Amino acid sequence: MSLLRVECLSKKFGGVNAIDDLSFDIPPGAVYSIIGPNGAGKTTLLNLLTGVYVPSAGSIVFDGHDLTGRAPYEYASHGVARTFQNLQVFFNMSALENVMVGRYMHERCGLASTLMRMPRLSRTERACREEAAELLRYVGLRDYLSVGADAMPYGALKRLEIARALATRPKLMLLDEPAAGLNPTEALELDDLIGRLTGRGVTVVLVEHNMRLVMGVSDNILVLDYGRKLAEGPALSVRNDPKVIEAYLGSDIARDGSYGKDIADVVSVAVEMHR
Amino acid sequence: MQSRPILVGLASPRTGGMLALAGVIALLPLFLSNKYFYDIVVLVGLNAIVCVGLNLLIGYAGQISLGHAGFFGAGAYGSAILASRFGWPPIAAMLATTLAVALLAYLVGRPILRLKGHYLAMATLGMGIIVFMVITTEDAYTGGPDGIAVVPFSIGGYVLQGERVWYWVVGALLLLAVWLAQNLIDSPAGRALRALHSSEVGAEVVGINAAKHKVMVFVISAVFASVAGSLAAHYSGFITPGKATFLHSIELVTMVVFGGMASTFGAVVGAAVLTTLPQLLAVFEDYEMMVFGAVMMGTMIFLPRGVVPSIARLFQARSKQQIGDKESGA
Repeated sequence: MSLLRVECLSKKFGGVNAIDDLSFDIPPGAVYSIIGPNGAGKTTLLNLLTGVYVPSAGSIVFDGHDLTGRAPYEYASHGVARTFQNLQVFFNMSALENVMVGRYMHERCGLASTLMRMPRLSRTERACREEAAELLRYVGLRDYLSVGADAMPYGALKRLEIARALATRPKLMLLDEPAAGLNPTEALELDDLIGRLTGRGVTVVLVEHNMRLVMGVSDNILVLDYGRKLAEGPALSVRNDPKVIEAYLGSDIARDGSYGKDIADVVSVAVEMHR
Repeated sequence: MQSRPILVGLASPRTGGMLALAGVIALLPLFLSNKYFYDIVVLVGLNAIVCVGLNLLIGYAGQISLGHAGFFGAGAYGSAILASRFGWPPIAAMLATTLAVALLAYLVGRPILRLKGHYLAMATLGMGIIVFMVITTEDAYTGGPDGIAVVPFSIGGYVLQGERVWYWVVGALLLLAVWLAQNLIDSPAGRALRALHSSEVGAEVVGINAAKHKVMVFVISAVFASVAGSLAAHYSGFITPGKATFLHSIELVTMVVFGGMASTFGAVVGAAVLTTLPQLLAVFEDYEMMVFGAVMMGTMIFLPRGVVPSIARLFQARSKQQIGDKESGA
């Protein structure tokens, strides 16, 4: 039984196949990573899996519900949460309020009782505030409870998005490059946080360039190239796959072999070459 | 923070602001020496009700409307026609009109709130112009450009007449409007509005139906404008299409921006200042509008967030600095 089943998924932008006939299954309880060179379609795939983009073809079945073509808020209501590579924090609010927004689906009530501010609402608001504060502490942001999001450093904002996503009580959490822009210490702390997420029973989909992180936490890895599946399997089998190394470095350099046969080394070389 | 003392609670912007506004409304008559002043203050109150609603849309949800005078005009003419031409009881006329305007806002809002920024501004502008055209051309009902006389407002047998009576009615309704707006803002739905203002996709992925919320706040703001329009028609006893013009829509938006976006009390202050300022500037005679424009430009340059949020920020910065001084001194 898979939590998320993707079948023959395609997304075209004009004439370009950003995602091309892609099928895979994500079992519950695991960390499933999606890697691939820049432009491979990782973020497009994440946008498809959360309803931000509507697929050109194929189907997305989550937890037994066919969500193909549904809006993002419907994905959320079935238990899909995500963070963004380019932050989508609510900068007009405090950190605490950002997380409280994440509780929206479990707090909302009718317009009449909202406008009249019924006593029940005051009680749920207090509970919501406390739970949001708890989540901020959980992701390590206890110092930022009442700080405006526009005054927080980048690393803290990345955690804030995780706390906000957690507040929706998701079954599946998609993290889009959570380590990008973090210093090595902050990136190390992410390992621990991702581990704790799965401990809570949240299945994690990780899109990430930091191979140390990916290889350390992943149960399964999907390698994308030009929108197609290049390889899929446990971390160990993927990291030594020549096809994967070739995708990152180009065939000439890969055949040369001097950059190593391990994808973790190769990607660090590839990232250096891009700069 | 969870168990803060009651005194601190009273000083919170929410309760403190309501108390301050109630105090101003209660004490203001002491300074109103004649009918003319009462008249201006009633106009301030009616504009403030519209602006409190419009601020929910513009300031909190971040959606522009250049057509709210259309809703104001629709409310005014709906009440006027039903009460004066068809002899409905004014309260029934007002309720029916409000419902009709809410429906209109819903039907118009659903398609046009998909648009963003300048495009939404254009669409709402078009809507306002259509309402204005209907009012000026359907002269069999509306009296056309000449306007229409409106019977006084009455509930049961009691007739609301005179500036002083209206002062208290409008004052109470303004407090009600502010209370409703504050309740909305300080709720899950209100946070959803502020969230989609900042990032629509960010709001959607936590389960917020952005389109639904935008339509909801559009309808609420239209209802505030419509009720104020109905009251304005009955209060002045005569209504012309002037109140439904594009210029009036711009005035309303200006009041919201001037007072401070995403500040309910800012909307009230904006309405108060921009309604009274032209009267105060009458001493400049021919140069009145020039001075008015200069005041607006100066305010937006020196208080770019609008009057109330800018001043609030100034106080916050000062009190923080004082705390810092004490700590470093100790």
